[in-house]
Amino acid sequence: MILCRVVGNAVATVKHPDFERYTVLVCQPVDPEGRPVGVSFLSVDSVQAGVGDLVLCAREGNTARQILAGGRDSPHHSVVLAVVDEVRTGGSVLAGPGR
Amino acid sequence: MQLAKVIGTVVADRKDPSLEGIRLLVIQPHDHEGRPDGPPVVATDPLQAGPGDTVEWVTGREAAMALPRTFAPVDVCVVAIVDHAWGDTRRYNG
Repeated sequence: MILCRVVGNAVATVKHPDFERYTVLVCQPVDPEGRPVGVSFLSVDSVQAGVGDLVLCAREGNTARQILAGGRDSPHHSVVLAVVDEVRTGGSVLAGPGR
Repeated sequence: MQLAKVIGTVVADRKDPSLEGIRLLVIQPHDHEGRPDGPPVVATDPLQAGPGDTVEWVTGREAAMALPRTFAPVDVCVVAIVDHAWGDTRRYNG
């Protein structure tokens, strides 16, 4: 699982049928202090997350298929599976927007 | 799953039978601010995307799942044509 900040979304009309009904979020990986790490990617939302939220993402197809409708043959590869309230590491606390 | 810009097409006459009728595109992966991420890759395209389009694409086993024949030797596939995406500082039109 990857700690990410939601920085945007992507809207598409033409898409695979298994992606209908779902919001696709632009997720920027962050370190435990909240600093951006690496390159942003897209993830299907399963928890009603929004821009600014700190979230957990899984970039792995089997995890995504277990959470999202579509069953064993769906092409989902990445899913937002939790909205993070806070992350404590050593002395630092990284909080989501609601805390 | 990531954003990419379609920058070209690939034509291959001799190929695995499961790829018959499947379009191949050259896509340049990028982040939400348009910065390229790594080298271009070749992706299968069941959606009729074309050069200039912004697309969403998947890798791994899930790529073949998006094709009509799901048992195909494919590891990159386009799954959506992006109308618009926006991030922290700018907005893209697909």
